[in-house]
Amino acid sequence: MKKELSFITVIGKDKKGIVAKISNILYRNNINIEDISQKVMEGFFVMAMLVETSGYKKPQANIGRELDKVGKELGLKIQVQHENIFKKMHRV
Amino acid sequence: MAITVEEIFETASMILHQNLDIRTTTLGINLKDCVHSNFRIFKKRVFAKVCDFGTKLIRQAEKLEEKYGVPIVNKRIAVTPVSLIMETHSTGAKFLQMARTLDLAAGKAGIDFIGGFGGLCQKGLSASDRLLIASLPEVLSRTRRVCSFLNVGSTASGMNLDAVNLLGAMLKKTARLSRNAVGCAKFVVLVNAPEDNPFMAGAFHGVGEPDITLNVGISGPGVVRSVVEKNRECDLSELSEVIKRTVFKITRAGELIGRELAGNLKIPFGIVDISLASTTAEGDSVARVIEAFGIESIGAHGSTLAVALLMDAVKKGGAMASANVGGLSGTFIPISEDKGMIEAVKRGSLSLDKLESLTGVCSVGLDMVAIPGNTPEEIINAIIADELAIGIINNKTTAARILPIPGKKAGDKVELGGLLGTAIVMAINKYTSKKFMLRGGRLPDPVTILRN
Repeated sequence: MKKELSFITVIGKDKKGIVAKISNILYRNNINIEDISQKVMEGFFVMAMLVETSGYKKPQANIGRELDKVGKELGLKIQVQHENIFKKMHRV
Repeated sequence: MAITVEEIFETASMILHQNLDIRTTTLGINLKDCVHSNFRIFKKRVFAKVCDFGTKLIRQAEKLEEKYGVPIVNKRIAVTPVSLIMETHSTGAKFLQMARTLDLAAGKAGIDFIGGFGGLCQKGLSASDRLLIASLPEVLSRTRRVCSFLNVGSTASGMNLDAVNLLGAMLKKTARLSRNAVGCAKFVVLVNAPEDNPFMAGAFHGVGEPDITLNVGISGPGVVRSVVEKNRECDLSELSEVIKRTVFKITRAGELIGRELAGNLKIPFGIVDISLASTTAEGDSVARVIEAFGIESIGAHGSTLAVALLMDAVKKGGAMASANVGGLSGTFIPISEDKGMIEAVKRGSLSLDKLESLTGVCSVGLDMVAIPGNTPEEIINAIIADELAIGIINNKTTAARILPIPGKKAGDKVELGGLLGTAIVMAINKYTSKKFMLRGGRLPDPVTILRN
């Protein structure tokens, strides 16, 4: 099956439980985490997760909303974006 | 990871903090095949076609907004110049009915603006063009979504001054019929009008275009300003370089989303318009980009050089990023829709004369300029003609969107509402050129066109 890769970007203040909460949601929705990377930039804690979504059968908006809810609880900005936008913008 | 966290953060910041968005996705629709000798059937066909494609556009655009996390702010439609398709039905009443049909169809589909209610009269006016112009005050004040344009000149045909001379009176009447002259904000007069421009009010579906096509306008004054602010010390060539790189990235995002949207709609992809377009949002201002260059307030001496540098860098970055760059692809410096421009007019650093010179090095012209309501019509015509002459001689698009605000004088503030923003009425030169304007006729096409 063709891989469908998206990036989940988390921006805000670092705190306990971010990875745990997000990966739990992803596990329940049959989404696999392929890679995680994090860094503090311009005063922001930034975490990028590369996830594989071909096992996820619901509309993409649903997972976005679910992550958004957790983001609001933790005071973080969470975005889900298909990998193509990053490839297009940052690779020639 | 194939993409670094830094790169992901850069894209995310553009969207979250710097107002990066796809400003407009505009579907160009050919309406020539809807023409019928029975006007009722003609209108029905127009309604069905606009409504059908408009609904599909919105549905598919929303899907891509979710997929890529980039807001697609406006979903719009541009149609074949209405003056052309109405030739066999050209009466004043029917023009108004056709405008209503377009307005209702767009409304039903959820489209906020539909462009193309206009004509191409660069070399002369047809009977249909004249009736269309006469119908505009009512059309612009009685419909919500219909936008109108007139192409009154080109470098190849010169300028049709007779057409320009009809506009001052038309605009004054439109201004009287609509609150705060907002009807005038839906009309733009151009020379060298591009047939694939996705931006309102000047969007129309040109006669050289395929049946249907999707054009995209990206935007990012906020993104460009942010990168300029990070490079405060560098010289002009380096500044140009960093702007180019940034515009390359945002154009690629526009190209990706535009192509995929066209593919999902099963229609050909038209162009990406790389214009920097302001909105009234804080930070989403072209004036602020110019000010970040090191200019205290836009309009100060040095501003023309700054706009020229910005414009050139934007074009170079955009042209590298997409093979389909088209439309206007310049920099919009609308007065009322750009916070920095409004403030510059208010504090007296930007006059109408300086604005005119800025438009010599950027698109698109005198945009959203409010002038005193008692300005004589021939002076409005002369303001328009001056702006358009710049386009004709320099082989570029220029345009004018002028709002003569009834009862207001220079310096007064007018709330236009929503996307249209706040206008400060600009002072105009008090001397007249009436006798010159009344000569009428056509400005001959410039000698530069004789290339064959």
